[in-house]
Amino acid sequence: MSTTTTRKAASSAPAPAPKGRPRRRFSASPTANFWLFTGPFLIGLVIFVFVPIGWSIWLSFFEARFTVTPSEFVGFENYKSILTDVDFRNSLVTFTVFAAFIVPLTWAVSLGLALLVNRITIMRAFFRSAFFLPTAVSYVAASLIWKMSLFNGVRFGLANTVIGWFGVDNIAWLASPDPPWYWLVIVTVRLWLQSGFYMILFIAALQNIPKELYEAAAIDGAKPGWQTFRHITLPQLRATSTAVILLLLIAAYQAFDEFFNLLSKATWGQPPLVELYKMALGENQNYGVGSAGAVVLTLLICVVTLIQGKIMGFGRGEESK
Amino acid sequence: MSASSMSNWNRRSVLRAAMGLAAAGGLAACGGNNGRGGGSGSGANLVQYFHAYGENGVEAAVKKYAKAYKGANVSTQWITGSNFEQKLFAALLTDNAPDVFEFHPQIQLVKSGQVADLTDIISPVKSDFNQADITSHTVDGKIYGVRMIDDPQFFFYRPSMFEKAKVQVPTTLEELIEATKALTTSKVKGAYLGNDITPVQSPLIWSAGADTLTPDNKPAFNTDAVAAGLKQMRGLFTSGNLLLGAPTDWWDPSAFTQGLTAIQWCGMWAMPAMQQALGDDIGIFPFPKIGAAGKQSVINGGWSMFVNAKGKNVEAAKEYVKWLWIDQKQYQEDFATSYGFHIPPRTSLAESATKLKTGLPAEGVKLFNQFGHFDNIGWTQAMISSINDVIANSIRKDDDPKAQLAAAEKKVDAELKKLFG
Repeated sequence: MSTTTTRKAASSAPAPAPKGRPRRRFSASPTANFWLFTGPFLIGLVIFVFVPIGWSIWLSFFEARFTVTPSEFVGFENYKSILTDVDFRNSLVTFTVFAAFIVPLTWAVSLGLALLVNRITIMRAFFRSAFFLPTAVSYVAASLIWKMSLFNGVRFGLANTVIGWFGVDNIAWLASPDPPWYWLVIVTVRLWLQSGFYMILFIAALQNIPKELYEAAAIDGAKPGWQTFRHITLPQLRATSTAVILLLLIAAYQAFDEFFNLLSKATWGQPPLVELYKMALGENQNYGVGSAGAVVLTLLICVVTLIQGKIMGFGRGEESK
Repeated sequence: MSASSMSNWNRRSVLRAAMGLAAAGGLAACGGNNGRGGGSGSGANLVQYFHAYGENGVEAAVKKYAKAYKGANVSTQWITGSNFEQKLFAALLTDNAPDVFEFHPQIQLVKSGQVADLTDIISPVKSDFNQADITSHTVDGKIYGVRMIDDPQFFFYRPSMFEKAKVQVPTTLEELIEATKALTTSKVKGAYLGNDITPVQSPLIWSAGADTLTPDNKPAFNTDAVAAGLKQMRGLFTSGNLLLGAPTDWWDPSAFTQGLTAIQWCGMWAMPAMQQALGDDIGIFPFPKIGAAGKQSVINGGWSMFVNAKGKNVEAAKEYVKWLWIDQKQYQEDFATSYGFHIPPRTSLAESATKLKTGLPAEGVKLFNQFGHFDNIGWTQAMISSINDVIANSIRKDDDPKAQLAAAEKKVDAELKKLFG
């Protein structure tokens, strides 16, 4: 879309002289247009993001059980409480284990899918859609399918049926932390749900790699396959990989649905958001301590993101590479 | 977008479109379900929260009762999912809180001023209620909430399978563990206690001769007998004779009716569905005793109706609760016996309910009277959660039961101090 086109069209075919006050178009004032289009979103952002964050910070300094409008100021007591809470600290360990599994695995699978889909010549659109479709499935629905159909503990669950062909007894995948089969269920459900989305990002990045690079490499004697992938494709995908890893890491911090639905009433495998949910919105109804935990978690995400950005060079200009 | 179409958009047309959208939105709101109103009555608009009952027809029945009330427009929020209490607690803090809601008597609701005193509407019929239910809803002489149904929970078993395996009905935990071993085959597990074993946590405490709290609200569950029971349960959990990871949880009879297990912990509400599937091949027994000083036990769960004390229509809500759960005895009986089986908390109704007088339901009523333990209003959700952790760590993980009980006691003690000072 181009406003230049509009103006050219208007000048080539003069319009009849306007009657009365001339009409002003949106394009007349870029500033007004900017606020018109961004204003509603900004208002939404303020109401639904900044106000709750501010309220949460305020609540974190009050004794707030069974109320979100407390009156008893307790200073940093809630922060002390959450930082000494064993369950909260364990939840950070859970996150670390989860992130250690899911981030590299999703990166590798989505890149692999992108390379595969980018290379094939037949039914490319079909495969793209097929791999992308799980992105549209809700985490809750997928978790329930995984829990009730694929990984239930009875003989007619899909996973148990398959292992049964090899003479292995039924496994109660989610019942016990020893052995921790629940990680297999949790990681596979998230992998299925999010790989398609990151595959699309990688496909876009792959299509942006200049073909001349491969041609030049071929002239220089580089073999297609692993050699060109390692020395051309992978370095060219650096910016996208950095963004993907950053997004995956943040998504891992925000993990809630699958853990909540798959591991009800467990004390293991509880990521930070589930712990905070239990603290504030669950049985305890302690909004003060829950809010303090949310603030701590937010700061933690910011710090980790900044460190990761620093290490991987997120946002660094082309010239600095 | 073409250039010409873009040129058609000016501030005036945007304003016109916005006004049109606003008008359409207003019209839509008139006809849409906004959570308020929708009943046939006049006067105040009331919203009631119900958790989703598993039995067919309950939702329609609840909405039918609401529609029949003429004193207010009552709309029903039917909350699905397994976290009804969490949704309710969160809603009670907002302006969109329900006026009327079902829950269990818990003192934090009273202490935080979230539930209204219903003494005046219950007092005239107080003597017709099960007195244990009245006690469990009373704080400082005031009654908060009207009991709607009592739900005894026990073990259901298949007598035919017991006969085939030559097993007697267990009366001790050792016998139960032995029975599950004898009943387990390549296709059927011995017993199902729910996917996370928490449904039997209170019966386990009672059957070991202990209690959740003392009469003066002190923790009473941390005993050697309870710890020994937890250890035995850990053995049962790892024996391979317990059904784990079933697609449906303990409150649904499917695992039992589909032949996945010979014994299942469940509630009396599931009896009609079980009878339909298995005919007379069903028996029931209480949670067996643990240790020499123990005694078999049955948990008498149930649901009660409360009025949101911070709601906009407290008096109208009380009127509705009185109309439905005190005056309309035919609806109360319908609710208790037409879908799943529940015991009406009104003595007169419990005595006249014909469906509960013979066969398995009568046996359930007998166990309810003989071994039943009722709600303790001082035993709150946070305390229940502490015992959930004990079950998870001692039975599903292999942590030391004594240490886990001590940790839970500490948490419960802190909670009691906050509630009672």
